[in-house]
Amino acid sequence: MTTVAEASPPQRPAPRGRRRPSGLRRQESRIGRLLLSPTVLIVLAIVVLPIVWAISLAFQRARLLNIRRVGLVGNYTLDNFQRVVQADGFWSTLWTTVVYTIGGTIGSIGLGLVAALALRRPFRGRAAVRAVMLLPYITPVVAATFVWTVALDPQAGIVNAWGTRFLGWDEAIPFLSVERGHLLGVPVPTALLVVIAFETWRYFPFAFLFLVARMQAIPGDLDEAARVDGASVWQRFRHVVWPQLTAVIALLGLLRFIFTFNKFDDVYLLTGGGAGTEVVSVRVYNFLTASKDVGLAAAQAVVLALVLVGLIVFYLRAASRVEKAARR
Amino acid sequence: MTAVLDAPAEQRGPARRRRRARSTDEKVWATVRVLTIAFLLLITVVPFWYMIVLSVKPIQDVLLDPGRIWVTAGELSAGAYRAVFRSTDDGGQGFLVFLRNSAIVSVITTGATLLAAVPGAYAVSRLRFGGRRLVSGLFLVVYLFPPMILAIPLFVLFTRLGLRGSLVGLALVYVAQTVPVAIFMMRNYFETIPDSLEEAGLVDGLTHLGVLRRISLPLAAPSVVATGLYVFMIAWNEFLFALLFLLERPDRWTVSLGLSRLSGSIEVPSTVLMAGSVVLTVPIVVLFFVAERRLVEGLTAGGEKG
Repeated sequence: MTTVAEASPPQRPAPRGRRRPSGLRRQESRIGRLLLSPTVLIVLAIVVLPIVWAISLAFQRARLLNIRRVGLVGNYTLDNFQRVVQADGFWSTLWTTVVYTIGGTIGSIGLGLVAALALRRPFRGRAAVRAVMLLPYITPVVAATFVWTVALDPQAGIVNAWGTRFLGWDEAIPFLSVERGHLLGVPVPTALLVVIAFETWRYFPFAFLFLVARMQAIPGDLDEAARVDGASVWQRFRHVVWPQLTAVIALLGLLRFIFTFNKFDDVYLLTGGGAGTEVVSVRVYNFLTASKDVGLAAAQAVVLALVLVGLIVFYLRAASRVEKAARR
Repeated sequence: MTAVLDAPAEQRGPARRRRRARSTDEKVWATVRVLTIAFLLLITVVPFWYMIVLSVKPIQDVLLDPGRIWVTAGELSAGAYRAVFRSTDDGGQGFLVFLRNSAIVSVITTGATLLAAVPGAYAVSRLRFGGRRLVSGLFLVVYLFPPMILAIPLFVLFTRLGLRGSLVGLALVYVAQTVPVAIFMMRNYFETIPDSLEEAGLVDGLTHLGVLRRISLPLAAPSVVATGLYVFMIAWNEFLFALLFLLERPDRWTVSLGLSRLSGSIEVPSTVLMAGSVVLTVPIVVLFFVAERRLVEGLTAGGEKG
């Protein structure tokens, strides 16, 4: 982000004395802080402080029943973390989260890229198609998951009706409650794949938007020159368009990874975390509401955040290495 | 490679671009492109079409032939919508109350967010102080940390303060979540307003607040409206915090929460689920199409630089 030093040079009315500029500067920064204070206050009160508190709760024995006695400081202990790591399904949940996140990230960016490329050249009705393409993204998550749930329903759903009628399926498949299925004889985690497909479908418009914006900035002559030189369509994509997109795709990858990793509602609403789709957020929710164990839930959430930070650092390192290699 | 053979057609003058024969390579890709667009339309339009069709059919017809995605004039029925809107006293789902709650939360959120974010965006884009870095920091905190980690202490805190079940309390959480992104969206727009206009105002003796109110705000109105709509959409669509804070108070449920509880309750027919989904989705889709272009510009303004 731009810092103060990089901001445009001052073009204020000519200062008179030597002390004027610093006085103006001081006044400006005072007003600036004043104007920004409501924002800072509310984010501090409702986001930053609670996060600090959550981290503190993770180190305490805290249940919803005795919560009145638990404050910011107390008898710190690592008990909760020990229980989190030793609890049944900790590692499998973490693994599921990673698979879900990587699948959803790659899927949504990949489909977004395909969409952006397909809509690159103008045609009649392109604006309308572009707007329609954003529907999955803007639709409220509860409605979107319900359409999928109903469509995939074994009795009343359209997918199974068509699958058995046109595709020769032997029987209806309860997509959202089967942990292990078979696709062309290969065992697959059915419900997890459906959840990843949902993620891909719902968020490809997000990637699409960013990629379209970036593509519009690519000079058309470059492409035209390559065409005149006899480059094939694939070559033009690979050597003209793609190099211009890598930076924005890297950014998208990071954003989608973070968002998907933290995602709760999509999985919760589709499967409730059953059939091998329990991601960490859903697990935290279950700790919080079912067992009312606030400390355990907080510890699990902190572990989630830590793993995320670790993966982001790994990603940024890898990205910078790829960038260096590309420059060489 | 075939493109090279076709190349001579290039030499003929200004009209060459349009008239040049296309290579087989290009023809193949053109077909792929048409198929791709068709596929994308299919996956984006059909789910919503399916939702609408099911919502106007009687459930018996759906169960009889679940694969049929059209509706005949004879089966057209508003029964599902009646079930959705009828109050709970009459055995319905009481969506009118949910709609009211959602509207209250979304309007409060939008108003409060803009009230904080407009001055914030002005300060960050126009005044020289450490504001940019601060806002970027807030932005990161809000987006990097899992909402879940936030949900735990807020859940506890709101329980203590007796704010659980309060629509204003819920709106407060939404404001904290949306203010940084709202500042981010408007900041880019404020920066496109020529400095000279605001300087003229300052020279003429307006204060910074006066400049903001009389000069910058009217000029930035389109961006403010788009940002407001975006915030409204976020508040309207949100589910997790509504679930955590309002669950025990059915009379305070938002549409998202109320709808999500339908599937958990005793055998609600899928037609009713779909009618509820339509009710939840329509306001958002309408708002979106009203402001689509501005919204898209605002959302991606940061991405073009990256």
